[in-house]
Amino acid sequence: MRMRSSRSRRAGAMTAVVSAVAMLGAACGSSSSASTRGVTSSTITIGATVPLTGPAAPGYSEIAPAVNAVFKWVNAHGGVYGRKIHYIYLDDAYNPSTTVTKVRQLVLQDKILAEVGGLGTPPQTAVQGYLNTQKVPQLFVESGCTCWSDAKYPYSFGWQPNYTVEGKILGQYIKQHFAGEKVGYLFQADDFGEGFVKGLDQEIPASQVVSRQSYDAATLAGPLSNQIAALKSAGAQVVAMATIPAATALALLPAASIGYFPQYVVSSVGADPPTVGPLLSSFSKGKAGSVLLNGMISNAYLPPEADTGNPWIQVTQKLLKQYDVGAPLDGNTEFGVALGYTFVQALQTAGKHLTTSSLMDAIEKHGADFITPGLVPLTYSTTDHYGYSGSEVVKTENGATAPVSPVYVTSNTGPITLYTGTPSQPPSNLASTA
Amino acid sequence: MSHFVNLSLNGISSGMIYASVALGLVLVWRATRIINFAQGSMAMFSTYMAVTLLDRNLGYWEAFAVALAVGLALGAVVERTLIRPLQGKPELNPVIVTFGLFILLEGVAGAIFGVRSRGVPAAFSQSGLTIGHHRVSFSHFDLFVLGSVLALMVLMLVLFRATDVGLRMRASAFAPEMSRLVGVRVGRVLTLGWALASLAGSLAGLLVAPRSAFSPNYMDLILVYAFTAAVVGGLESPVGALVGGLLTGLVLSFVGGYLGSSLEPLGAAVILILVLSARPEGLFSRPAARQV
Amino acid sequence: MAAARLPSRLRLPDQPMLRHLVLCAGALVLFYVLTVNLSSYHNYQVGLIALFAMVIAGLSVLTGINGQISLGHGAFMAVGAYTFALVQEHVTLPLALELLAAVAASAVLGLVVGIPATRLRGPYLAGMTLILALGLPQLADKYNSVFGGDEGLHPSQLVAPGAVDPNRWFAWITVLVAVIVVALLANLVRSHFGRAMRAVRDNEVAAMLAGIHVGRTKVLAFVVSAGCAGLAGAFLALSGGVVTTGDFPLSLSIYLVAAMVLGGAGSLVGPWWGAIAIVYLPQWSTSISSDFGLGSAVAANLALVIFGLVLIIVMMLAPTGVQGGVRWLARRLLAARFPRPPAAAGVTAVAGFPEPPAPATPDMRTEQERTHP
Repeated sequence: MRMRSSRSRRAGAMTAVVSAVAMLGAACGSSSSASTRGVTSSTITIGATVPLTGPAAPGYSEIAPAVNAVFKWVNAHGGVYGRKIHYIYLDDAYNPSTTVTKVRQLVLQDKILAEVGGLGTPPQTAVQGYLNTQKVPQLFVESGCTCWSDAKYPYSFGWQPNYTVEGKILGQYIKQHFAGEKVGYLFQADDFGEGFVKGLDQEIPASQVVSRQSYDAATLAGPLSNQIAALKSAGAQVVAMATIPAATALALLPAASIGYFPQYVVSSVGADPPTVGPLLSSFSKGKAGSVLLNGMISNAYLPPEADTGNPWIQVTQKLLKQYDVGAPLDGNTEFGVALGYTFVQALQTAGKHLTTSSLMDAIEKHGADFITPGLVPLTYSTTDHYGYSGSEVVKTENGATAPVSPVYVTSNTGPITLYTGTPSQPPSNLASTA
Repeated sequence: MSHFVNLSLNGISSGMIYASVALGLVLVWRATRIINFAQGSMAMFSTYMAVTLLDRNLGYWEAFAVALAVGLALGAVVERTLIRPLQGKPELNPVIVTFGLFILLEGVAGAIFGVRSRGVPAAFSQSGLTIGHHRVSFSHFDLFVLGSVLALMVLMLVLFRATDVGLRMRASAFAPEMSRLVGVRVGRVLTLGWALASLAGSLAGLLVAPRSAFSPNYMDLILVYAFTAAVVGGLESPVGALVGGLLTGLVLSFVGGYLGSSLEPLGAAVILILVLSARPEGLFSRPAARQV
Repeated sequence: MAAARLPSRLRLPDQPMLRHLVLCAGALVLFYVLTVNLSSYHNYQVGLIALFAMVIAGLSVLTGINGQISLGHGAFMAVGAYTFALVQEHVTLPLALELLAAVAASAVLGLVVGIPATRLRGPYLAGMTLILALGLPQLADKYNSVFGGDEGLHPSQLVAPGAVDPNRWFAWITVLVAVIVVALLANLVRSHFGRAMRAVRDNEVAAMLAGIHVGRTKVLAFVVSAGCAGLAGAFLALSGGVVTTGDFPLSLSIYLVAAMVLGGAGSLVGPWWGAIAIVYLPQWSTSISSDFGLGSAVAANLALVIFGLVLIIVMMLAPTGVQGGVRWLARRLLAARFPRPPAAAGVTAVAGFPEPPAPATPDMRTEQERTHP
């Protein structure tokens, strides 16, 4: 069943980058006449705003410390070309006007080189214009909005697959495996849900869709009983969901309560078993728990956390254990480590003379060669700022996910194609020293 | 039709939750003429106590009892330390203090317990009951919610009607000096009001937790809807809290079910405005009772 | 300066209008000196303080002078911000007219809310405005083709002339408008209408007997206050160049009331203290809690703890708000320097705008309670 173990290594551009990684500790920060904002001969200052408190904090507050774990590891091994990474992540409580203020603080007071890993569509679109006019790169935004790849905003870069791409890949799976069955949608009434539905609709015939239910994240206070009741009475046999983890749980609970067990197909955003499982433990005195997740279909662009044989998972575990003490290995922390690692790759590729433009060049020209835990390569180019543009379909059994499809790549409107490359391996120094 | 039944049942079960939080708001209002913004976060705090004990393998009902006791004590302590010193000061000040307490408690809980959300076990099965051949979205646990909130209501009513605690409470709130003259121990009565309110809140916290993504914020929206419920019912009346809670729960459920969930709060606003236009002091205001 | 020719005691003109003008001019000079000495980021924050001062000043008049409470001023800000952005998107107008459109739209909503509000007291009004603050911004989510959904609307930001730092320019414009707003409010408070508002606050029946149209007074107070909030909302849109529903969470409305009480309800200098608290308190709390050397996630929660504690402590120690405390301190200091009967002039010179003498809080009691105590 473990498809990825049969694949051989992606050798191509890897060697060059590995040697760059090897130089991590070796290079000493000497001459760089750093006039670039945020860069000195011995430090690189970057920042981000993320929700650490408030309704969006559960789960998402784990990401930034995990990103920072990678930087701490790099710093402990001499930094990148002798420069230590100083990562300032501030709480915006998911409130865009707070983001606006805090990002100005990062740019004007802390003089960051770039924002790395700012979280959420509404908060980050609120500062997209500002960061771009200030020519401060807005890197690897933690959101699957299609807005990060926009010629109007050349300094913005997405990272995770956008929601439409996710919807298409899962939509194709539904079309292929549940042909003729009645399909219902349950989605968050915002950019996330609507983007995902756009992808589903490209693949699933409209006649097959019997109900479209949505919920509002701002007023999510209890079980989504009404939506579930509507899906059940419409006879939906497959329920495709674009839900955050809390909403996934608040949908599965009332469904189980009325004995409604459709085939769930859930966006990677809300399907992480270690995150959703504990939320379900309330079902009949904690006994059922993650049993409700059994059989759930989702998509993944990073290796499954439960796959402890995967070298990237091993490395991630080690990094977290040492540099993000007490943090669990779940979808959020795995995401953070992978994202932090992507940025380190960008810094290494940008080279010794780090400037905003060398950093941008590194991502645009060499981003596709970065070694990251992703199952597909990053798509960055001068015209494409999306990031990962594909995923595999996975199924959850006993709290762990395993692939049930090959890896696909696609774009917002293009065809879905099989990815024929091979997954990358962590560079040996990362695997051994972490 | 079955959709309508489901929406009604969902409305009733969340309505009971709003009612229990609203009851706490009513008790505090009757005792001290304050809207307690910390009502929800105090409940959150006592529920975290119960959850911590459950994690240490304490029995469910023991943990339940501890949470109620913590709630009772918390209410009394808050009244004594934060509200009492503000007596006679501008009337908005204690309200702002409760708002400060709300932020403080959520911060404390976030720092101690973390902000990760989790599930909380329920007292009874959350599987829907089977009526005829239909499995409806109303479970044993919902029955428990219904029963315990009703029991609490009855208890409060008995306390107010059969004993003179309620009268003392209102007397103390409206005319503390006069009450003192006639021998009411005003201080104790006010503390008791807060303690009972906080107890009602704790119960609500325990009942909401299994139906939520439990984290330090899980009571925030509930509090807003409960406040709506209390105002609809008339802030003076426990029965009003129950009726207001059910009305709010049903309206939210129907608006969400038929018009879309983003219109839920506006639906609640419309009901509130309609009710207050007809009766500016809520459905169950009793002007005569106020002339203490 | 003609300081030498002044008598030993600072004396301001007795005519209110003139006195307000002098004070405003003084405030503007002070702000000018401040802004040219501050960094770009701090200038931005000065602008934020000024815009929050507008909405809190309007709230202070509504609550402190007229005795009505609103937990929904965030909704009025949202209406102002969205109106400003929509006007800018569809027509080309001078900035002043765009701002006026924002004021007009929120004033209209103020009228709509103010009319049923005339019959409601304290907590009932609080309940109605609170649910409005939660529900109204959701409309923008529901109709996202008009309001831009998650990505929101993007009004263009101020263009600074020449070499002026854009944030400094933003601070100047915002402070100028805020000072004008506060001056207008100060005149309003001293006018016949201001006396009517206070009379209604103190005793509606007596006010009615004195020939004051109670309902009209209350509605008008609501309209004025909502207009101020709308203007502040427009400036919020201007500050970040973006308007989304997330900018107006329920907590914003409650923070505004807290800031108003913190500064001193009924005062027009108090709102500046409140605005400083809204802008700086979260930042101070964060930096204090970061100093403990804890992880950011824990520090962020500790920041909440500190923020909550400050609210509680200020309310317990300075029941009349910061401005009340400042005035008390000034009175003590002046009394020590100029031992004469407590003439108000010296106090006013320090504290700023003249205050109504009555305790500035809304009456949360019901009609019956007030008429039959």
